[in-house]
Amino acid sequence: MSQTALAADGSPFTDALHAEWTKLRTLAGTGWLLLGVVALTVAVSAAADAAAQCPAGGCQADPAKLSLTGIMVGQAIVVVLAVLAISNEYSTGMIRVTLTAMPRRLTVLAAKAALVVGLVLAAAAVAVLACMLLGRLILPGHGFTPAHGYQALSLGDGPMQRAACGSVLYLGLVALLSLGIAAAVREAAVAIGLVLGLLYVFPIVGSVASNPHWQRHLEQIGPMTAGLYIQATVGVKTLPLTPWQGLGVLAAWAFGALLLGALVLRLRDA
Amino acid sequence: MTTITPYRSPVQQGRDGFGQLLRAEWTKFRTVRGWVIGMIVAVLVTAGLAVLLAKSTSPQCAAQTGNGQQHAVACGQPNYTVGPGGELVRDDFDFIRQPLVGSGSITVRVTSLATASGGPNGPQSVLVPWSKAGIIIKDGTSQGSAYAAILVTGGNGVRMQWNYTGDAPGVPGAVSAASPRWLRLTRDGDTVTGYDSADGARWTQVGSVTLAGLASTVQAGLLVTSPVRSVYSASLGSGSGISSPTVATAVFDQVGRTGRWPAGGWTQDVVGADDMGVATAAGRYHQVAGQFTVTGSGDIAPLIAGALNDGPNITVRDYLLGLFVGLIAMAVVATLFMTSEYRRGLIRSTLAASPNRGRVLAAKAIVIGAVAFVVGLAETAGAVLIGTRIAHSEGVNLYPEPWPTELRIIVGLAALFAVAAVFTLAVATIVRRSAAAIIIVIVTLVIPFVLSAPPGIPAGLNDWLLRVTPAAAFALQQPAPQYYQVAANYSTGSGYFPLAPWAGFAVLCGWTALAVILAASLLRKRDA
Repeated sequence: MSQTALAADGSPFTDALHAEWTKLRTLAGTGWLLLGVVALTVAVSAAADAAAQCPAGGCQADPAKLSLTGIMVGQAIVVVLAVLAISNEYSTGMIRVTLTAMPRRLTVLAAKAALVVGLVLAAAAVAVLACMLLGRLILPGHGFTPAHGYQALSLGDGPMQRAACGSVLYLGLVALLSLGIAAAVREAAVAIGLVLGLLYVFPIVGSVASNPHWQRHLEQIGPMTAGLYIQATVGVKTLPLTPWQGLGVLAAWAFGALLLGALVLRLRDA
Repeated sequence: MTTITPYRSPVQQGRDGFGQLLRAEWTKFRTVRGWVIGMIVAVLVTAGLAVLLAKSTSPQCAAQTGNGQQHAVACGQPNYTVGPGGELVRDDFDFIRQPLVGSGSITVRVTSLATASGGPNGPQSVLVPWSKAGIIIKDGTSQGSAYAAILVTGGNGVRMQWNYTGDAPGVPGAVSAASPRWLRLTRDGDTVTGYDSADGARWTQVGSVTLAGLASTVQAGLLVTSPVRSVYSASLGSGSGISSPTVATAVFDQVGRTGRWPAGGWTQDVVGADDMGVATAAGRYHQVAGQFTVTGSGDIAPLIAGALNDGPNITVRDYLLGLFVGLIAMAVVATLFMTSEYRRGLIRSTLAASPNRGRVLAAKAIVIGAVAFVVGLAETAGAVLIGTRIAHSEGVNLYPEPWPTELRIIVGLAALFAVAAVFTLAVATIVRRSAAAIIIVIVTLVIPFVLSAPPGIPAGLNDWLLRVTPAAAFALQQPAPQYYQVAANYSTGSGYFPLAPWAGFAVLCGWTALAVILAASLLRKRDA
């Protein structure tokens, strides 16, 4: 009896990566969503730059945060992209084919995560660079001048570098969080609602907490509020957490969600 | 030779009325366990968030117990002045007065109004647009009593103001020795009429108001006051504000009176408290040869609620922010109510059973709208009840809401839920995919509001978003009116919206109407 050697030319993970890449690449939506992440992030950031004013008396605005405002909106598209990578398989029944071909479910999830995060990081890098460039061009015309204590945005500047790299990583972690939740709940609308609810509820609730103790507490446990500390270049000392600790909070949420997703994927029938 | 009888089903033919269609859609909704559970969880989560929000806004004042241990207690309630209409007001000004019995009038010329701000570098001359100097007829000297006044302001010309919230414009422009203003108030029964003049000869009536139940003896005279001047870092959400008290000094002459003025001379008085603590009575007022120089600080105006303002910082709207979770849950269910028909192929059965597609959409819209209204009502009323109850038990300084406003907030937000659900259903019918539908709704309805929370976006962009997107409907949450005659922090973070409550709701209704028309037309044209 001869066993037919199906083209198993690499390790299981490489094969899974290859399969997932083919699926992602051949979906029309992936390209549009990545374009949407860049376009929405850059457009909202540019609008924020153009609407900002730093009067002669000085202002407490943070130019890095301002020119990266669009991340708060662009992340919604990242969530859609990451959720669909999993939910589409369930809604079309493709998941059964996938798991028959690659019975190691965690390998499938890892391959998906690696690819989606890779694509999101690439799109985020383009978006963040464009935002910084626009901020550099627009903000000096709105009072963010050396006379008011603001240098032009430059990637040579340490805190600015941290804000830029951190914002790219932020979107990557949001993608991981979404993948985890999508693997756990499967239905696209429910997963997107849950992730965006989780991201946006903390800034909304924190915004009215007049009790400073509560406010700091809510801000530092929220995945979005804490994660975006990484964009701070002004008043970093007054934040409840350091910028990298803040990003760590988001990472904890993301890996927690991924763990939950992995468990559900492993234990539940597809 | 046999006659063929056509087959007739023994099942009685169902009526295909709209009622049947509604019942079918209601059955589809109620029998999906996940949706019903989702709605119940959403109600519980919003209630939980209302508790969290109420607790997080409660002030913590450390106090010592008998055995020397520190513990948190509720802070004391500040005492607010209540105006004749039941609203919270400020009533602090310098008053050079005499009693006036019965009908009569008072006339005065104002030749100067200058304001200064007390800063670390000593007094500095500043322009305070709503500093006030003029004449007033007031129902006694107690704070919150009825009044009518005609005033020169720092930057808004002559105004007639009455009972704290009333305001009418007179001659525009600033006052100076070269361009003085003549002001006159006449009292006749309960009616007080204000006139102004730029030359003392030709008079124009600015306003005439009825002060119900005005005592026969009133206090009339000169008023000078100047409100706190605040600079907000409005560029970033509800950021921070720096405020400094200001003091106004005005010069009056040519004081004329008609009617019965039994007192021999003028009495110098301060109604309420003084922002600046101007040292001595002599520093406030002197009179030389019929020329009065009066200094005052404070304001006579409605008290503005919300963060960074003088009034109570906490309003009932602060307890309603958990509704976003409920709204997202509602949007998810409304999306699935349509998209799961496509995903499972049920839409073909639905349309075969009721070929009139427009009616199917209408039935779905009515069912999901009604469910959303009930769920929204439960969530809003629950949040308001829980929030106010905790606020009262913890001594939170909560803005007292008049009941019509509270009713508007609760019923309005329930209506917002209903219309938002129909909007979502229409969007889901247009795009047919869950992910696309839910993201369109969240981006247009929820994100514009999230962006206004700190760290926030520039105020200009924020105002624009809350005017044109469906999120404009959140103006229904606005807990207190915005008074243009009081400079304050009217940012979204403090609970003020760029559109009036029902105007904002109309924006959402407009978008919904567009989406429903497009959805109905696409549903008719496309194959299911």
